[in-house]
Amino acid sequence: MSDAQRTIELEIDGRKTQVPEGATLLQACQALSIDVPTFCWAANLTPVNVCRICVVELEGARTLVPACSRKAEAGMVVKTESERVKLSRKLVLELLGSSVDMSLAPEFRSLATKYDAHPERFGPRAPRAPSGERESAHAGHHHVDDGAHAANVAQPMKVDNDLFVRDYEKCMLCYKCVEACGTDAQNTFAIAIAGRGFDARIATELETPLPDSACVFCGNCVGVCPTGALMFKAESDLRDTGAWDESKQKVTDTICPYCGVGCQLSMRVQDNKIVRVTSPADHSVTAGHLCIKGRFGWSFVEGGKPK
Amino acid sequence: MDLQHLTEAPSDAERSAIDALLGPAEAGEHGPTPSVARARRTFLLPALLALQNRVGWISRGGLGYVCRRLGVPPAEAWGVATFYALLALGERPAAFAHVCDDIACAARGAEELCGALEQRFGPCASSAHRAEPHAQRTSSSAAWARSPCLGLCDQAPAALVTVAGTTPVEQAFGGATLARVESALEGRRVAAASFALESMGPRRLLARATAKEAVTLDGYRKLGGYRALERAFELGPEGVRKEVGASKLVGRGGAAFPTGRKWDAVARHVGKQRHVVCNADESEPGTFKDRVLLEQDPFAVIESMTIAGFATGATRGWIYLRGEYPLAAERLSNAIASARAAGWLGARIAGRDVAFDIELRRGAGAYICGEETALLASIEGFRGEPRTKPPFPVDVGLFGQPTVINNVETLVAVLDVVRDGASSYASVGTPGSPGTKLFCLSGRVARPGVYEVPFGTPLSALIERAGGVPGGKPITGVLLVVVAGSFVSPKQLDLPLSFEGARAAGTTLGSGVVFVMDDSIELLPLLRRIAAFFRDESCGQCVPCRVGTVRQEELLARLARGAARGGLETEQHLLAELGQAMRDASICGLGQTASSAIESAFVQLDPLGGKRS
Ligand SMILES: Cc1cc2nc3c(=O)[nH]c(=O)nc-3n(C[C@H](O)[C@H](O)[C@H](O)COP(=O)(O)O)c2cc1C
Ligand code: SF4
Ligand code: SF4
Ligand code: SF4
Ligand code: FES
Ligand code: FES
Repeated sequence: MSDAQRTIELEIDGRKTQVPEGATLLQACQALSIDVPTFCWAANLTPVNVCRICVVELEGARTLVPACSRKAEAGMVVKTESERVKLSRKLVLELLGSSVDMSLAPEFRSLATKYDAHPERFGPRAPRAPSGERESAHAGHHHVDDGAHAANVAQPMKVDNDLFVRDYEKCMLCYKCVEACGTDAQNTFAIAIAGRGFDARIATELETPLPDSACVFCGNCVGVCPTGALMFKAESDLRDTGAWDESKQKVTDTICPYCGVGCQLSMRVQDNKIVRVTSPADHSVTAGHLCIKGRFGWSFVEGGKPK
Repeated sequence: MDLQHLTEAPSDAERSAIDALLGPAEAGEHGPTPSVARARRTFLLPALLALQNRVGWISRGGLGYVCRRLGVPPAEAWGVATFYALLALGERPAAFAHVCDDIACAARGAEELCGALEQRFGPCASSAHRAEPHAQRTSSSAAWARSPCLGLCDQAPAALVTVAGTTPVEQAFGGATLARVESALEGRRVAAASFALESMGPRRLLARATAKEAVTLDGYRKLGGYRALERAFELGPEGVRKEVGASKLVGRGGAAFPTGRKWDAVARHVGKQRHVVCNADESEPGTFKDRVLLEQDPFAVIESMTIAGFATGATRGWIYLRGEYPLAAERLSNAIASARAAGWLGARIAGRDVAFDIELRRGAGAYICGEETALLASIEGFRGEPRTKPPFPVDVGLFGQPTVINNVETLVAVLDVVRDGASSYASVGTPGSPGTKLFCLSGRVARPGVYEVPFGTPLSALIERAGGVPGGKPITGVLLVVVAGSFVSPKQLDLPLSFEGARAAGTTLGSGVVFVMDDSIELLPLLRRIAAFFRDESCGQCVPCRVGTVRQEELLARLARGAARGGLETEQHLLAELGQAMRDASICGLGQTASSAIESAFVQLDPLGGKRS
């Protein structure tokens, strides 16, 4: 950036601040240490601004605006915890909580407490959909039901390979996996959003199993998934049997030995098994993204044959 | 970028349908290079429609061939194909009927028709598909599905029938009966039903449409066609924009944005490729005015777009027409071809140094594609998902380039402004809302149809002009605008139809829906149909709308059963909070207004009929 770069002055929660031109409201808030929750935003991905948990009130705007993607402009007056903001955040949490299994999304519970969200207001959850039902919904059509249950995305887990599982009842449709598989990292385009409205879903073409799709098993989608919908098979298996135990786990940072690029790896180990491999999103080499070898190629360490 | 493609071969029929659109396949295994692929992506939806029209559904082989020809990743093409209601992703009969069960048709026997079709052809294909995942239903000779409003509310009940094949037949018609639908499914022509087309003041917007002779270039010229463009050449680009600005013309697509300001903003981008897009996606329940203009006065839209191009420096024009309007598609493509042949479109229009040409694009069943940014995404070959604004299309529009987007009626109004001048345009209407506006009368009126009204006319006078309620029954309410909509109670019928009049009454004129109700129309089922519409048409991107529209519908279903959870007050509080969050936190106008009509019904009318549970 040249030193000719201009700065912009704006006001957030009564405090004046200056940010470089092009900064988002989220960045401006972060500079002031003002907490703004995010779900679909990530430092290493293009903002899609779909979850709407980050909305803030901008003076003069008809609606609230998403802090994660709205650019700061000179003279803006922003409130991050107004009554309108709180109500929208509460409803976003309730709508997510009543339709998606958010139990593994790290901040969900504390946010629900903070914003007094009660997803159960919408009624008991509808039973899990049988396999294939959500995938075959036709755009513009839905079952008209009697409102006794809250419709949700509960459905069987997709287990079609040994490396990671897709448990889409935990999918909040944040688009992160699609971005990571596409132009933001992997450029493989194995998955996309399919369907429309409440039946929108992450899918391969014609819902083909991953091994038959374009997927190269880099696991970058797993790395960015905020809800645990995409999960290492090793972790999923432990969770299934109730054996997942964070107190027994250790995270070791190392550099990937496979090639000369120098990707940093954080390897989570339980009972001498590697259960999850990530890379820091702010790492200068990886930006959080890896390849199949660095992500999954560790069974030899555990004494098995490399896959 | 090396894409992994589907390898299955298309059938001969599929291959020829795609080759007819894209030209013969070039040699080479790997499809086009990335830069060529980027430029071709815009043909994705036309290619999917070509498959649909040729064989009646999108097969694996057909989809794979399209992807290879266009260089589109199969997963993304699948994402696009599953976005549109008119595209079938499982095999089904070539003959298919879409039957409207939306508000106006429901008031005129749609349920009876659906019942008869169910008897004859089995259950609605789209819901049956849902119950039996991956079921293949090819046993019957034809199939049918329910549909949202088909834009034929004046002739309700309505149906759209498509028969795929080498010469596909598409017919949308009103006055639908089992016999007429069966006849259309067999490929026979079905006669059009009648409807009203009247002007209450001077005949402007409907001047040529009522003459019914404007569908050929000669007829259009005889009725004064292309005089506005000639006048525009005299005024020059800046003069045209001044006139349009001075006329205070605002958009008729619902948002009422000043047209002159939009044109000025695009004109400022000197040196860049610019576009003019005509928004002909008209899909709001109860709206059909644009269809009438497109069918009866297609050259007017073409002439006006050319003026817009001249005034803003845009050389490329696009008409995005809703997929359910086959007659308008035929008339428009004929009109474009004859305008081009006569030199009214092309590199040197009327022999001058002015270039402009138009491409017609058809939608495939997605109301959301009428939202301007979704519309652009759809033309570009992506899912019709709106994006946040800013940036606005006038700066970052089609293919990232500055773009004017105007509604059909806005464009037709421009002709009068340019030809006769802003002051003449303002000789009728009110100071705040000069000129005339089209309204779509449907529901319980004696003569449903399109009425041209000078701004300021009272709503009651308009309803009277349409013959009032048949049998002289009292009006129980009027739904004015479905989207962003509101109900007008019988006490407020003197509401003046102008932008300022509507604003004072806490409503908008929107796109001109006037749905008249008497006591034969039950309010709760009507509200549930509206809620179902929003749920079905949400693109699904953002949480408040994707889930909020579902919760709203569930809530109304409970009220309809008299099973309010936690009491009526709790439910109304929930509805209000849902509405507030959808309004405040949704990305686009669909979610932002999805609760308006429903909340308004609770304020203006009494949907629970005095019930307290
Ligand atoms: C959900 C949604 C659907 C819309 N559908 C249409 C439509 O079918 N036709 C239309 O002209 N405008 C529609 N609009 C408005 C357009 O976004 C845009 O404002 C309009 O085309 C601009 O043209 P105008 O200024 O001439 O009205 C829609 C907006 C929303 C939010
Ligand atoms: S593992 Fe890699 S290639 Fe496969 S879907 Fe995930 S991001 Fe795409
Ligand atoms: S699978 Fe995970 S990353 Fe992908 S959209 Fe769902 S929640 Fe987001
Ligand atoms: S408001 Fe609804 S239609 Fe609009 S972007 Fe959000 S989900 Fe899509
Ligand atoms: S974090 Fe901003 S919309 Fe999701
Ligand atoms: S055509 Fe049926 S409601 Fe409009």
